[in-house]
Amino acid sequence: MKKEQVPQDSCKSYDGHKKLIYAVDDNGHYQGVQSSGWEVEGFATEMAVQQLDQQVNEMKTAFLAGKVSPIAYYLPLFRFDLLSLAHATGFFQWQIKRHMKTENFAKLSVKKRTKYCEAFNISLEELIKPVIKE
Amino acid sequence: MNAIKNNISHQQSSHCESGVVANMLNSQGMNLSEPMVFGLSSALTFVYLPMVKVGGLPLIAYRMPPKSIISAVCKKLNVKMNSQKFSNPDAGMKALDKALSEGKLVGLQTSVYWLPYFPEDMRFQFNAHNLTVYGKNEQGDYLISDPVFEEVVTCPADDLKRARFAKGVLAAKGLMYEMTLPASPVDLAPQIRSSIKKTAKMMNGLILPFFGNKGIKHLVKKIKTLKSKPQKDAALFLGNIVRMQEEIGTGGAGFRFMYASFLDEAATILDDDVLFEISKFTTEIGDLWREFAMKSVLFCKNRKNVSIDDVAASLEVCAEHEAILRSKLLQWSK
Repeated sequence: MKKEQVPQDSCKSYDGHKKLIYAVDDNGHYQGVQSSGWEVEGFATEMAVQQLDQQVNEMKTAFLAGKVSPIAYYLPLFRFDLLSLAHATGFFQWQIKRHMKTENFAKLSVKKRTKYCEAFNISLEELIKPVIKE
Repeated sequence: MNAIKNNISHQQSSHCESGVVANMLNSQGMNLSEPMVFGLSSALTFVYLPMVKVGGLPLIAYRMPPKSIISAVCKKLNVKMNSQKFSNPDAGMKALDKALSEGKLVGLQTSVYWLPYFPEDMRFQFNAHNLTVYGKNEQGDYLISDPVFEEVVTCPADDLKRARFAKGVLAAKGLMYEMTLPASPVDLAPQIRSSIKKTAKMMNGLILPFFGNKGIKHLVKKIKTLKSKPQKDAALFLGNIVRMQEEIGTGGAGFRFMYASFLDEAATILDDDVLFEISKFTTEIGDLWREFAMKSVLFCKNRKNVSIDDVAASLEVCAEHEAILRSKLLQWSK
């Protein structure tokens, strides 16, 4: 890629920042060039962010309808998946799946709930009664 | 609180690990570019691990695993690296303060998600982000040289502590490291040759079909099977590849441009025209990867003129060219 071709598409996900890309001058020698984003990359990022937002919204609706526990809402909100949350809390994935059910969550000990609080960096009150953001 | 500000030369980089190494060494008087660090550590590769899922999508990477750049470069350049992990976060923060008060630059492994200066859309649960702390201001906030940012940044102590001690996959466990330069500088020329040889040898892949050229071809096959999947699933799969290649601090085209830049610089140092020609060829390969990314996204946008087969074929072209690059590099480094 020539340095004149380095995209400057002002990607939304960059939030005004610029990244460093390596590109060549007319003689084929390299230099670092700042880029405000590539539309192609921005599209892929937005697709991933939208997918996450959609998961959060689905879980928000399910939680408000009383179908799932706060864990199910917080998991996508803090951009975890089952594997990373399992590592962060020390629970097995199947345990987390159980804790996503309201009846199992209600029976959880304070000690177990605290593990989730630490992973999400929230208080016990917030874990039980999530402050739902619009 | 007494402010501390140790000497750092902050240079924006594409990738956090190679950037931290370059900045920490250059601040102490060396003169290494980020691509040189990347190339010397033989970090260029390709990995497709279908069984390891991140957020439901397979793991794809264009470089060697975290921490391999730091350790490889320190070994090659005879740099003494002193690293520590902590089971107690407060002890970890104290050790950081102590090292700063002794005038040192401290490298840290952190979780991107808990660093407040990152843009919202870039924050995700990734625990192997590297940065350099060079001081502390009167408010007790840390002064940080985060190599992927244009300028230096600051971070409140609580957030930095959380970022250092976040649990999870690749957890940092408070990892901090200092680097001390060797008494006499190492001659780069033989190191360049051996690192290129190592990269070339790895390019075909290991025995398993997940690495190097074999990994790319494996991914080509997988992409072809997306035909039977709903458009949305196929789009998410391809979008994930594009993100790993372009979004995640690779300097463009999944580190291929950075590697070409290394070869360019190496050719100048060694005064070697053949190597410069190989650098140009690597640039062409980078352009091919960008074309693959573009086709993938056109497919995601549901453009009628781009089919899954077109996307797969475009990736196959990358694999074919990288096989040629491998033989060129092997030949050169013989």
